[in-house]
Amino acid sequence: MGIFSGLGDKLKHVFGKLANRGKLDEYEIKQAMREIRIALLEADVNYNVVKDFIAKISERAKGEEIVKSVTPGQQVVKIVSDELTQLMGAKNAKLDVASKPPTVVMMCGLQGAGKTTMCGKLAALLKKQGKKPLLVACDIYRPAAINQLKVVGGNAGAEVFEKGTQKPVKTAEQAIKYALSVGCDTVIIDTAGRLHINDDLMRELEDIKKAVRPTEILLTVDAMTGQDAVTVATAFNDRLDLTGVILTKLDGDTRGGAALSIRAVTGKPIKFCGTGEKIGDIEAFYPDRMASRILGMGDVVSLVERAQEAMDEETMRKMEKRVKDATFTLDDFLVQFESLKKMGGIGEVMQMLPGMSKYNIGDKSIDEKRLEKFKAIINSMTKKEREHPEIVKSSRRRRISAGSGTTIQDVNQLLKQFDQTRDLMRKMKNNKGRLPF
Amino acid sequence: MGIFAKIKAALKKTKDAIAYRLNKLFTGGVLNDEFYDELETTLLSADIGSETTENILGELKKAIDKKHLTRPEQVRTELKRIMTEILDFELPEETYPLVILVAGVNGVGKTTSIGKLAHNYKKAGRSVTIAAADTFRAAAADQLTVWAERAGVRIVKHAEGADAAAVVYDALQSAKSRGTQVTVIDTAGRLHNKVNLMEELKKIDRVIDREFPEAMRLNYIVLDATTGQNALSQVDLFNEAIDIDGIILTKLDGTAKGGVVLAIAGEEEVPVVYIGVGEGIDDLEKFDAEEFVSEIVDGE
Repeated sequence: MGIFSGLGDKLKHVFGKLANRGKLDEYEIKQAMREIRIALLEADVNYNVVKDFIAKISERAKGEEIVKSVTPGQQVVKIVSDELTQLMGAKNAKLDVASKPPTVVMMCGLQGAGKTTMCGKLAALLKKQGKKPLLVACDIYRPAAINQLKVVGGNAGAEVFEKGTQKPVKTAEQAIKYALSVGCDTVIIDTAGRLHINDDLMRELEDIKKAVRPTEILLTVDAMTGQDAVTVATAFNDRLDLTGVILTKLDGDTRGGAALSIRAVTGKPIKFCGTGEKIGDIEAFYPDRMASRILGMGDVVSLVERAQEAMDEETMRKMEKRVKDATFTLDDFLVQFESLKKMGGIGEVMQMLPGMSKYNIGDKSIDEKRLEKFKAIINSMTKKEREHPEIVKSSRRRRISAGSGTTIQDVNQLLKQFDQTRDLMRKMKNNKGRLPF
Repeated sequence: MGIFAKIKAALKKTKDAIAYRLNKLFTGGVLNDEFYDELETTLLSADIGSETTENILGELKKAIDKKHLTRPEQVRTELKRIMTEILDFELPEETYPLVILVAGVNGVGKTTSIGKLAHNYKKAGRSVTIAAADTFRAAAADQLTVWAERAGVRIVKHAEGADAAAVVYDALQSAKSRGTQVTVIDTAGRLHNKVNLMEELKKIDRVIDREFPEAMRLNYIVLDATTGQNALSQVDLFNEAIDIDGIILTKLDGTAKGGVVLAIAGEEEVPVVYIGVGEGIDDLEKFDAEEFVSEIVDGE
């Protein structure tokens, strides 16, 4: 499954034996473009979008002087990442507000994209901002969809307006009147999932649009969508003139190339991302992070932000200094584990680290149980052992494994992992925070 | 956004843009680089993925050399043969009692597929029990109940938030005591990279083995045909957790071709068993490799 290893590694291979020189030569560029093309395709960016993108990048790479102190690989990655970021537009996490209330938000999309869940998340977000949202149940087709919206609305603390299986257009119209009468300032309309080629159902959306004149028409798209994302987005945009896009299920391990494809063919901004099953799991869209993710370079920025939330500043400063002085010890390792847990589990964190995705580190089963084991092992060590792990040889390993109720293999594994982490940190330090490729 | 207007126009052409292009390719021209480039593009746009596409084209070129093929039409036949072979698996014969565990990520159509699956078995004269073990998603059991009523089969469910494994346990006890032939288990959608949720699924899998060892077991993963290369990762990790026997490929009534199953069949050796082609209760069909390939290559 080498396909998941990052673009950075592949480009390193292409440029591997070359020393820094004045300009990127044409043959190298061609090789690099091939890798970039594959990386983008594997990330599910639409092939037409890829084609045009590659043409643009090649052009720019040809003229580029290589800045001293970076490798040609880094240079190319930077160009690619810059252009991707630019293509994906600005961070844009605001719902437009109608000049005359209520603001009407209409949600649409294919079946299973996550519309109903997202309606609840939006409502919760709006409530946090001091608004008073009303959820409207216009999915009259899927069994129990109305019930689902009611539960989701309950979780968000927002009222749900429903009229059973009456025509959605009528329900939407009545909901607006109702919102005005009870003082709701935002109306979120949950519509049924539908295929973009189902003419009747697409017309239903047009009718709702005509009747309630939404301020926002948001297409909800599963981040795992493949090549077809452009067909779907184009069809919805042509008929409804979307105002924006919401990407869901970004907490998975998808590269999310659909984001780029959709942005490219519709030109509409991506406004929010769904990042989990809880009602608070909604985030702004960051183009630069998405670019790194599509390229398989790890979502370093997100990781750092979450780390900052999970670790208090004091610990953070200490850790930073220790890495700087290269005196990173097993005690620090333990502190890291603890904060990893707070950051939402190690699996998630590994996914976000460059070069640490599960396919690279070859150790995907690092789970919470294993962490508990590691903790026990470290706690069974003497202070000296924790500060100087290199002195832990076979007899000490035996004692530690007996003391912590684990096996010698477990102890070995911990020490190996510690070494890898320390190495990675040193590399990052040497690169002055740049990615280690 | 100049270049994108162009893309948009290109995409608009036809619903079956892929097949359209292939047809044009096969009915005209010669076997030059341009031919292969175009062929590659069309395979990629069906979500077949760059690695598998490369493999298919490599094999195609070998066959063309060996068999001295010169006409595009012969190449079409050869391409279809290669693709069909990748997808063609021998499936085990089903015996009863049978327990089918259905898993997958969120929103792929698990509950709907289970409704259709139950209906299929019922229509074939089997007695069926459905277990509503998605105790997480709001109103999931309600949705499944509607499907159970439509199919006319029994359903075992607990309150929302209950332990999923407990629902499974109850359903199996009930199936055993009533001599039900087929038990279909719905599970909550879960992203394959969430360790805790995958552990829960493993637990359900163990409960079935322990409580109903005499039953034949089938574990299915439901994949959305709209999904791109991430489907590989989904099958990989679900397979690692519970040993997947087959794929139910849903939403083939849209414009997506679901070509990623070719990559999956190659890398994971997991066969496609059923395809979902609509929202009606009869819209679940047995997978046919030849038809599926023809849908991609010929568009019919």
